[in-house]
Amino acid sequence: MNVQRGIEVVVGLFVLAGIAALMVMALQWSNFGASRVNGYEITARFDNIGGLTTQSPVKLAGLTIGRVESIELDPDTFQAEVHMIIDGKYDSLPTDSFANIYTAGLLGSQYVEISPGGALESLEDGDRITMTQSAIILENIVSKFLFDKAKE
Amino acid sequence: MIELARLRFSRGEQVIFDEVDMRFERGEVTAVLGPSGTGKTTLLRLIGGQVRPKSGVVRVDGTEVSRARRKRLYALRRRMGVLFQNGALFTDLTVGENVAFPLRAHSALDEALIRRIVLFKLEAVGLRSARDKYPAELSGGMARRAALARAMALDPEIMLYDEPFAGQDPVSMGVLLRLIRRLNDALGLTSVVVTHDVNEALSISDRVIVIAGGRVIGQGTPDEVRAQRHREPALAQFLDGAADGPLNATDSAVPLSTDLGLRFDPGVDR
Amino acid sequence: MSRLLEALARLGRLMIGGVRHAGAMALFALDLAWVLIPTWSRPRDVAQQVYAAGVLSLVIILVAGGFVGLVLGLQGYNILSTFNASESLGVMVALSLVRELGPVVAALLFAGRAGSAITAEIALMKTTEQLAALEMMAVDPMRRVIGPRFWGALISVPLLAALFSLVGVLGGYLIGVVVLGVDAASYWGQIGEQMAAWEDVGGGALKSVAFGAVIALIAVYEGYTAEPTASGMARATTQTVVLSSLGVLGLDFVMTAFMFGA
Ligand SMILES: Nc1ncnc2c1ncn2[C@@H]1O[C@H](COP(=O)(O)OP(=O)(O)O)[C@@H](O)[C@H]1O
Ligand SMILES: [Mg+2]
Repeated sequence: MNVQRGIEVVVGLFVLAGIAALMVMALQWSNFGASRVNGYEITARFDNIGGLTTQSPVKLAGLTIGRVESIELDPDTFQAEVHMIIDGKYDSLPTDSFANIYTAGLLGSQYVEISPGGALESLEDGDRITMTQSAIILENIVSKFLFDKAKE
Repeated sequence: MIELARLRFSRGEQVIFDEVDMRFERGEVTAVLGPSGTGKTTLLRLIGGQVRPKSGVVRVDGTEVSRARRKRLYALRRRMGVLFQNGALFTDLTVGENVAFPLRAHSALDEALIRRIVLFKLEAVGLRSARDKYPAELSGGMARRAALARAMALDPEIMLYDEPFAGQDPVSMGVLLRLIRRLNDALGLTSVVVTHDVNEALSISDRVIVIAGGRVIGQGTPDEVRAQRHREPALAQFLDGAADGPLNATDSAVPLSTDLGLRFDPGVDR
Repeated sequence: MSRLLEALARLGRLMIGGVRHAGAMALFALDLAWVLIPTWSRPRDVAQQVYAAGVLSLVIILVAGGFVGLVLGLQGYNILSTFNASESLGVMVALSLVRELGPVVAALLFAGRAGSAITAEIALMKTTEQLAALEMMAVDPMRRVIGPRFWGALISVPLLAALFSLVGVLGGYLIGVVVLGVDAASYWGQIGEQMAAWEDVGGGALKSVAFGAVIALIAVYEGYTAEPTASGMARATTQTVVLSSLGVLGLDFVMTAFMFGA
């Protein structure tokens, strides 16, 4: 009976450890918490977002300050409208800030980089960044380069 | 009471029972005798409902085993104790736990009471001191007695013994014979003892059924069966243990020479 | 010509055998399904089997997970540093483990360590007529023997896979951050940015549950239907390892295509 009891305790520990491992990975390590940034939403339109997806980071000076919340196509302009949630801590982004889509490393994942402008007013919930630069598409650059070369 | 009527059973090509009728009365010890491989174990499996006959009826206390639904069958089996040919003890449990197993499975008795019953049953088969041993630590004869203690743990109304005498020394043989007899008489059981040990079977049983070649070749009280030997040469051979006789005939349906691949066709020139 | 016919016939036999095997297993699975809930009327039997299958597999799973993590860290660092992207080491290690290697490798190890043991145990109980004895005692072996073992394996596999992945990520950390000098904050930060709780961790867990079911079913089936001889038992245990490994890898491809396929 004692052995049985010991086995039951060990099994209990094993089950707890397994569930804890799952929880740590799902809630602690993953972007689970990050997807619920408390903050305000801003939007920006891009001609081409490349490989940007929801949950892609929004960075300023290399620091993550928010996340892409959703992306949709504007049916009139045929541009991609990117909604971003910016952490409430960063509430003093100038209204004339610039939004670029960059790639981490040569082949890495893509993110939105905000370059702050000089205006005195700050972006607020629902505001739009008007100055944007699209993702750099490697193929376009390569083909442009080859095309130019060929013309010479 | 157990009743088999017009029972047919076969395994592949091999016919094991061919229209057999048998009765086992309550309160009696009936021995089923027959050479190895005639289907004695199969007979017990048919009675327990583990295999179904090809045709015919197996009836146990009014329940038609050969057609019973699972629930009915399980209810019936609770009233049966089966001693398997090799014991079939649970190898991960001690002897005591093996005997306690059916009690724990089918009764709500408390542990103290179960312990006492287990000790009583083990005492009856002379294995009280082995209660904490594992089956692997027992000899074949001891394992069979432990299995017997387990089979009678729930005080069944029907006991089926498959070769209980194999591997027993003279003393434990005596213990076993007396136990089977007493158990039967004290509780009014229906006891079926399947064996090829002629003398032991004749000494304890009220009735004897001898089977060979898929048929019953003799039945009645031990004395009646002894008296029938003149009518049935196979019976005589079996009872006497003679090396030559009709019982070898089952094996000589195909001559040895054919199996060896020899061909002699006298009279044909080559 | 006749050789061609013979080859065709052999292929046909193989197919028919496979279909028959699958059909028999499906029927068995139906029988098993009936006892899955009633099995829990004896939770201790299930705990016993989680112990035998899961707890006793912990050592091999943890050691293997650690080594796989170390190797991933080392190889990943070598590849990523040529792209100047060694900060991504964490994600690479974590996603490889959580999505694929954790569920698959843990399942394969489990099949070899515990699946074969389950088969051997059931086959031996059959060979020594212990299952028949249970039946004659009016105790359903399906409920008493098969059910708890199925549950034990089914419960153990996802837990083992999770622990395998966890230990692996720590192994990658050890080699990448502690030994090779990748920035610790980027190791964890990149995981935090790119590993999705639901799709990646949840998807990996779903996979390992499915693998657990496949191994558990094959292990108990092969044991229950083993031929009651020494060579029959040997064949059954081999069959368990081979079939469940193939089953896990095949199912992995299908599930990956559904869950992570573009
Ligand atoms: N599972 C089986 N498959 C095929 N044949 C079997 C099987 N079990 C028993 N037999 C055959 O049935 C016959 C009767 O077996 P059994 O009832 O065990 O005989 P006994 O108990 O009288 O020695 C034997 O000839 C045996 O070859
Ligand atoms: Mg027999």
